[in-house]
This record gives sequence, C-alpha cells and structure tokens, in this order.
Amino acid sequence: MLLNGIQIDDTFAEAFNMRGTRVIITAQNLKWAYHAANAMTGFATSVIGCGVEAGIERELSVDETPDGRPGVSILMFAMGSKVLMQQLENRMGQCILTCPTAAAFAGIESEDKINLGKHLRYFGDGFQTSKLIDGKRYWRIPVMDGEFLTQETTGMVRAIGGGNFLILATSQPAALAAAETAIEAMKLVPNVIMPFPGGVVRSGSKVGSKYKTMFASTNDAFCPTLKGATNSELSPEIESVMEIVIDGLTFDDIASSMRVGIQAICNLGANSGVKRISAGNYGGKLGPHLFKLHDIMSGNNA
Amino acid sequence: MNALTFNLKQTLQHSVNCSDLMPSHLANKSTAEIACIQINYGNSLVRVDEIFAITGSDAQHIHFKNTSGKLDYLGANMTSGSITVEGDAGAYLGFGLKNGEIHCQGNAEAFAACSMRGGLLKIDGNTGDFLGAGSDGSRKGMLGGTVIVKGNAGDRVGDQMRRGLILIEGNAGDYCGSRMIAGTIGVLGDLGAYTAFNMHRGTLLLQKQPKLHATIQDCGSHTLPFLNLLFKSFTNYNTPFSKLSTQRVRRFVGDAACSGNGEVLILSV
Repeated sequence: MLLNGIQIDDTFAEAFNMRGTRVIITAQNLKWAYHAANAMTGFATSVIGCGVEAGIERELSVDETPDGRPGVSILMFAMGSKVLMQQLENRMGQCILTCPTAAAFAGIESEDKINLGKHLRYFGDGFQTSKLIDGKRYWRIPVMDGEFLTQETTGMVRAIGGGNFLILATSQPAALAAAETAIEAMKLVPNVIMPFPGGVVRSGSKVGSKYKTMFASTNDAFCPTLKGATNSELSPEIESVMEIVIDGLTFDDIASSMRVGIQAICNLGANSGVKRISAGNYGGKLGPHLFKLHDIMSGNNA
Repeated sequence: MNALTFNLKQTLQHSVNCSDLMPSHLANKSTAEIACIQINYGNSLVRVDEIFAITGSDAQHIHFKNTSGKLDYLGANMTSGSITVEGDAGAYLGFGLKNGEIHCQGNAEAFAACSMRGGLLKIDGNTGDFLGAGSDGSRKGMLGGTVIVKGNAGDRVGDQMRRGLILIEGNAGDYCGSRMIAGTIGVLGDLGAYTAFNMHRGTLLLQKQPKLHATIQDCGSHTLPFLNLLFKSFTNYNTPFSKLSTQRVRRFVGDAACSGNGEVLILSV
C-alpha cells in the first residue's frame, strides 16, 4: 500500500491485554495540575521496568472537572490489577498528595474499583474527614497547604497495550520530525496515551537476547547501523527508525489513534524523508490483538 | 391511574399510626382490601376507612389530604414510590425511610426522618425536635438520605446522626448536631444554644455564626475545595442552598469535651 508516496507495510502491530484506569487531577491552575500529573506519569514508559505505563490523556476545562478547577486526565496501564493498584497508590502518595493544591478524582466508572485515597487517608493521622457526596466517597486530608481532597476509589477496566507503528526515514531528523507530527495529531484522540518520552521510542525491542539474563534486547532488524551485519528489515536508504507505542482503553481507540498518526505522517509526503511505515510484532503468537496496518488505513479495522 | 388518596374524614382525638399506608404494603391491593386494614388509633385498632375516605388506585403515588399533626409514622420504612402529605404530618414522618420521596406540604411534628436510611424527605413547613435523630434506644441517628426543611426545625437536629444530608432553610433549635457521628447538616437561619454539643464527627454548614460553647475551637478561615463538590450536589434540589458558591469558611472543630473531630463551618458572606 502506498499513501502519498509513503509505503505502508503489509504487517501488523501485536498488542496485549492490560488493566487500565483513569484519574482526574485538578489544581489551583493548569500549571500545578501539570506538575502533579507529570510527576505521577513520570518513569512510566514501559511495564518492563516501570510497573505501569502512564501518560496525560488531555487537559480538562473547569466545566469538566468534579471540583470546578482546571485539571488533566491521566491514563495508567499495567499487566495486572495487583500491580496497577500498588503503583497507583504509590504514585498518589508521592506525587499527588505532595503536590500543592492538587486533588484527585475518579475518571472512569466500572464495577471493578481501585484505591485512590482509601489508604492514603491514614496520612491524616485521625484528622482525616470522609464526605459521601452524591453516592461517592471523598476523603479530606489536612495538609500544610490546606486540605488534600481525593475520591476514595476510581474504576479499573480491561484495556489494551502495545499498539505501535514504526517510522522509517532517510535521516534521524526526518524520522523524529515525522514522529512529532504524528504525536501532535494522536494527542487529540481520546482514551489513548503514548507513554514513551514525547510519545516516541527509539529503542524498540525484540523478545529474548543472547544473554541469559535479558528477556528483551534491541530490535536489530530495524537498527540502521546493523544493516549489513544482521538480518535487516531496512533498505539501503533508511538511516533512522522511530516507534510510537499506544496504550488504549479499547481496540478501536488504538486503531483510531494509529490511523490518525500514520495519516498525519503520510500527509507530509515522501519528500519529508519518510519512506515506509511498518509495525512491531512477535509473529502474532504472543499478543491476542493484531492491528493490521492495511486494514487500519483502509478503514476496515475500526 | 390516579394517585391513591387518603382523605382524613374526622378531627382526630388521638394519634393514628399510618406506617402500613405506604406503597409496598398497598401495592396490588383493591380499595376494599385497603379499607379493611387495621391501624392503631390511640389505644385501639380501627379500619382504615373509619379514618380516611379512600380514592384512586396508584399505590406507588400516595396522597394524604386534609391531614393533621396526629398522623404519625407517615412513610415509615418506605422502600419505593412517593408520598405527598397535603397538610401537616405527625411524629416520626419518614421514620426509617429507605428509598423514595416524601413531601410534606405543611408542618411535621418531632422525630421526622428519624433513623432514615435513604431517599428524600421534604418538609415545606416547620418540624419539631429530633429531626434526623435516632429512635428510642438507638445508638445511631439518621443513616443516609436527604432531608430538606423549608421552615424551622426544633432542638437536637441530627442527634447521633451517622450519615446523610439535612438542609434547613430556616432556624434550628438548641443542641443542633449534638452527639453527631458523621454526615452533613446545613442551616441558613439562626441556631439555638449548644450547637455541636458532644459532636464526634461530621459537618455543620452554617450561614450565621451561633454562640458556640468553650469546647468548640476556632481553627481560622480557610478556602475548602470540597465545598464545591457539596454545593454541586445541592443543585439537584430546589433550595436556596443550591445558590451557595463561596468556598471561604471559618472552621470550628469540636466537641473537645469528647475529643470530637466534628466541624462547624461558617460560610463567609
């Protein structure tokens, strides 16, 4: 498939089942909401080393937040409910409780609940106060800047992580510029996050390694400096590859995000230096969700 | 279907226990069956049709007309539907109410919303003592739901209240929030003496500062973000409380006499 002079490989991204949650962070102003949210979603690029993958989904206006203050919504994903609960409570305690004026609220409804302030309330040392408002329980914990307000729980849903595509370009600046363009467009898609720095990952991995202790290692087939030294996927003119990884609440959300991102790159045309769009997979044997690039771009998939 | 209507036929000499005249008890009963239900009138049992003229058939929406303050236990332990009292109600209005809505268009006697667990109770007039308190021997008062009083309330509002919301648009008597365990009481008017007496936890949201006794301690003026959530929840109801907007309050905590952590919030004007 050729879109505006850029080749779309006949391949697929392979994604996994995850558990996801959404938390709404508000503060006195957007600046402090971002400070809290950035801390909470920091060091959360990959479940391999961070436990969770998290990111800021979007900004929320004062009309959209429970307490009428400016805020942001964040999405957080983990491979299982236990680790998601543990990471959320740790990050709430270290990043939201500590951030001036910040408050946290449930951002998603579901039968499965996950603790936001349920245990954090004990920080109040007996001075904490519960309020049940419209059937939802909140905790008010006295802190030095006033009161820390948090909802007791938020929802936890089944989600999908690991949707991705690769941008193959003739130079590193061209690959990065195209990735940035894609990320700007994908940020407008709801229910997804791109958890890596700036939304882009340059160290795509394959399963396994020559070293026994490593269960993932560099994706040598897409490393441009190894074109002659390994079984490369790259043609001679490709000098840099960037990957965008997407976690989302549903298959359709990720498919929609991938389509928007790839389309934004293709709109740049072949003169941008981008030659191919591909995707990372494990032969379709590990992940239950396959995002076929041709189907996504022809609108058959979502 | 027309609302099932009980029209009081006579001036009552004694109290009538109306606890059986609520939607779940009367569902699928004919007018004749309802007429022969035995209810307490003073110390004797009488048929319902000796006290009331019965019309209509929709037992989910019950109306009481031409009522008096001797009709006790209206809507007691109700679990669904609605009851409209077109006049005054007796004691224990909405006693143990679990769900549904009760609207009293006149005054209600003491113990309204006593041991209430859920639903909505609206009183357009005044009500007596022990609004939202516990019943005899109970260690806990109201356990949930919302009460809105357009007029004044008597003494001991929310005594031992455990959960729920009471909004009083008029005045409240002495000992408002006494022995309160949790929940929220709002009062727009004046309060009597000993507000928050022996209060353990919970919130009194007041527009006017009452004279507080020595063991209720001043914690200064603050801006509390949770009030925005509370005020938003008031917009579900037709009450002046829904027009509150300030998050600036003076906070008093007590009752220190019982190591209490209850709060009295005085809204800034």
